[in-house]
Amino acid sequence: MKHELIKGNEAVIKGALLAGCTNYFGYPITPASEIAEAAAYYFPKLNRCFIQAESEVAAINMVYGAAAAGSRCMTASSGPGLSLKQEGISYLAGAELPAVVVDVMRAGPGLGNVWPEQSDYNQIVKGGGHGSYKNFVLAPNSAQEMCDMTIQAFDIADKYRCTAVVLTDGCIGQMMEPVKFPDKVVVPQEKDWAIHGTAETRKNVITSIYMSTETLKDLNDRLQKKYAEMQTHEQRSEDFMVEGASLIVVAYGITSRIAENAIKELRAKGLKVGMIRLQTLFPFPKDRLQKAVPLIKAMLAAEMSAGQMVDDVKLAIEHKCPVEFFGTYGGSVPTVGQMSDAIEKAYQKHTS
Amino acid sequence: MEQTKIVTKSKPTGFYENFDRKVGKDKKTTHYCPGCSHGIVQKLVAEAMVDLGIQDRTIFISPVGCSVFSYYYLDAGNIQAPHGRAPAVATGAARARPDSIVISYQGDGDLAAIGTSEILHAANRGENMTVIFVNNAIYGMTGGQMAPTTLVSQKTLTSPAGRLVENDGFPIRMAEIISSLGAPTYVERTACTDSKNIMRTRKAIRKGLQLQIDKKGFSFIEILSACPTNWKMTPKDSVQWIKENLEPYFKLGVLKDISDTREARSRSQPIFDPATVFGVLGLKKEEKQAVRTSKFAGERRLKIAGFGGQGALTAGALIAEAGMNEGLHTSWIPSYGPEMRGGTANCSVIISDKRVGTPIVTTSDVLIAMNGPSLDAFENDVVKNGLIIVNSSMISRKVARTDVRVVYVPLTEIASELGLKAMANSVAVGVFLQHEKILERKTVCDVLTTSLKKQSALELNFKAIDAGMTFKEGQKKGITQ
Amino acid sequence: MDKKFPTVEIDMTTCKGCAMCIENCPPKVLKFSTEFNTLGYQYAHYTGSGCTGCEACFYACPEPGAVKVIKEVKIKQKTTAGASA
Repeated sequence: MKHELIKGNEAVIKGALLAGCTNYFGYPITPASEIAEAAAYYFPKLNRCFIQAESEVAAINMVYGAAAAGSRCMTASSGPGLSLKQEGISYLAGAELPAVVVDVMRAGPGLGNVWPEQSDYNQIVKGGGHGSYKNFVLAPNSAQEMCDMTIQAFDIADKYRCTAVVLTDGCIGQMMEPVKFPDKVVVPQEKDWAIHGTAETRKNVITSIYMSTETLKDLNDRLQKKYAEMQTHEQRSEDFMVEGASLIVVAYGITSRIAENAIKELRAKGLKVGMIRLQTLFPFPKDRLQKAVPLIKAMLAAEMSAGQMVDDVKLAIEHKCPVEFFGTYGGSVPTVGQMSDAIEKAYQKHTS
Repeated sequence: MEQTKIVTKSKPTGFYENFDRKVGKDKKTTHYCPGCSHGIVQKLVAEAMVDLGIQDRTIFISPVGCSVFSYYYLDAGNIQAPHGRAPAVATGAARARPDSIVISYQGDGDLAAIGTSEILHAANRGENMTVIFVNNAIYGMTGGQMAPTTLVSQKTLTSPAGRLVENDGFPIRMAEIISSLGAPTYVERTACTDSKNIMRTRKAIRKGLQLQIDKKGFSFIEILSACPTNWKMTPKDSVQWIKENLEPYFKLGVLKDISDTREARSRSQPIFDPATVFGVLGLKKEEKQAVRTSKFAGERRLKIAGFGGQGALTAGALIAEAGMNEGLHTSWIPSYGPEMRGGTANCSVIISDKRVGTPIVTTSDVLIAMNGPSLDAFENDVVKNGLIIVNSSMISRKVARTDVRVVYVPLTEIASELGLKAMANSVAVGVFLQHEKILERKTVCDVLTTSLKKQSALELNFKAIDAGMTFKEGQKKGITQ
Repeated sequence: MDKKFPTVEIDMTTCKGCAMCIENCPPKVLKFSTEFNTLGYQYAHYTGSGCTGCEACFYACPEPGAVKVIKEVKIKQKTTAGASA
């Protein structure tokens, strides 16, 4: 397809429709509303279903119902909405239903404000609802990836029968960039475990209640096995000027875009710095980070929160090298200058 | 001689032969207590599924409550839903499978307390589904706490002195509330008391399902039911208690029925045909590999600002899209949120021969200030030797900086003179094209040709761009002739 | 003389003794047993005569398979040629 200049939020919906998504259930919230608006505009034109739900809770439960009925379905929101959706996401995990959720993060806690932050990391990457479950979390940092990762999310959700979250931020959602859409339309496959309202699927049941301790343990074993498989096969990251670096910045989303500028500037000044940009947050790309450890002096975890992803960086490398932290919050996006200063400071601390 | 045959009325085949999903050794009986109305209602559902020939198509939604395990018993496609969310789950299933028969089965805590929102809105959308509401005025599964339908003065574990109006309000009449909405097709309240009322309940359930088969939308059947265990009564006394206490408050009967006039509504099959999908999404096949036509090397960071309605954001998008079409990397990001309404609006645009890092422009190479506050806000962020385009129609002051290039252009006046004040942004784009020489006039005009919503103003916009490009400072107005 | 049909069978192993069938039986031909079943309930049983086959007990019973009503019904005579052939 020809490149199209398009907002990240809108690219999500075009990607979803190309991926064979038939059901969108959502609720408006800044800075994610364009996703619902685009869905409302495009879905009915293709006889696909858009419902503006009465609440975030209802939206995620409509997703639960449509997923149970075997359709490719999705919802999208931002922090406060995701907090409300956590109940449903836990049930989706318990019932092993495939669903796609997009979270365009804003600043919290509470109503916070509508500007970007990355402080939904814990509630999305660590589970968020009750029970020992994980979401598969993709972290786009461009409009192109908003499309591509939405499409991937549907495949991953079906493959593992899990919730795949596209976790991004207000900046990535709101900006327009050239996007090359795939020239393929997915026709969703019927799922033999789902309930289609047919003779063949009448025997099926979708539930997350297991009254015996053995069967509930079996479910949890099955889930943990799935998560281990994801951890083995699905870690994704991108290197940026990593060659010869003594300090590696670890970042995702808009923060990684800012870090690119900062790293280029610092490299021009002779500082050996680079970045591993995380594209999956669960599974966390720990293999790539561990591989980097022997070659570097330190890492710098940069994120727009008071410190959430940084914990996973430390765990991933098992504290084998120092991990510095640069965090901003309140909704203000760090400037390239602030980012450079933080990287330079960490660099000087560990290399001189 | 008349021939006869032996017929047996026994367990409906809408039930599983054995309840294999049930935990424990007993696979023949339900987990319901003696005299519990759930068993009666579910027998009516099981029978109706078979008699109406819908068993294969049925998707039964179990709630949270005593009927959470309905999937042990009912031989249909079964989905167990979170507490109160059955109507939302049912909505998802019904929309995903428009030819299925969806039964949302709920108790009073589930439907009238924690799930009030879901039931109201599923009803209000007129979803094609049948809701069976078992109202026994108490929480059964958790062991006898107060329900939203618990009667005034009725004692429960959480209303030990009896339901107090001043603390707990009045019992909620859900059927009345649902019947007040426009969309529902059929709303009836029945009771599971004696044979007469059980048969009325049977009729109501069958009617609700038939309406759904006919695609006539939402039906709601509230059934006053017995909970002998938590009421601490015998089943016989429970039935009497319903008659004497529940029925006077929750009146039996049809509360709404528009089934005769409600038209059937079918849903069309989703479209996956690539040509149609691409057409709807406005995706165009690439005829030949995109090539970079621009000779521009480097990066330009633009800040374009004005008050809402001046088209600052649109001008930015125009420049970004033209850059893309010349094979350059571009990005555009607006200030978003509440400040977009009224107030000032600005966007950051980056045009580069390399991959763009941060899309946010904090120090700009080019500032287009379309009103005073925009110049005040961003003047100091312009790099040394950068360009500031000042809309002198609106900004009377001069730029304070002396280390930047400044062009004063009466953007608004030029646009007005051309006949469309809203084109001040196009004039600004023209000025930018002239002074930065990054993009071709043609690519910009081509973008307008394909994207301008008001196509009748296309030629005028071209003129506005040209006026910007040819504007010379000292010129009082934009048009020389 | 007692007719064989209609009759009612109550499965003593699944009856929970709620008496809904007994209460709703128009000819009052169902009674509690004096014994308890393995579930621990005093179950209902048919006294052996007087069942009218009205099915009231079947619909009043909350257990899916506890009550069975058996009756003899007339087969409607079809008068078409096809039916008699």
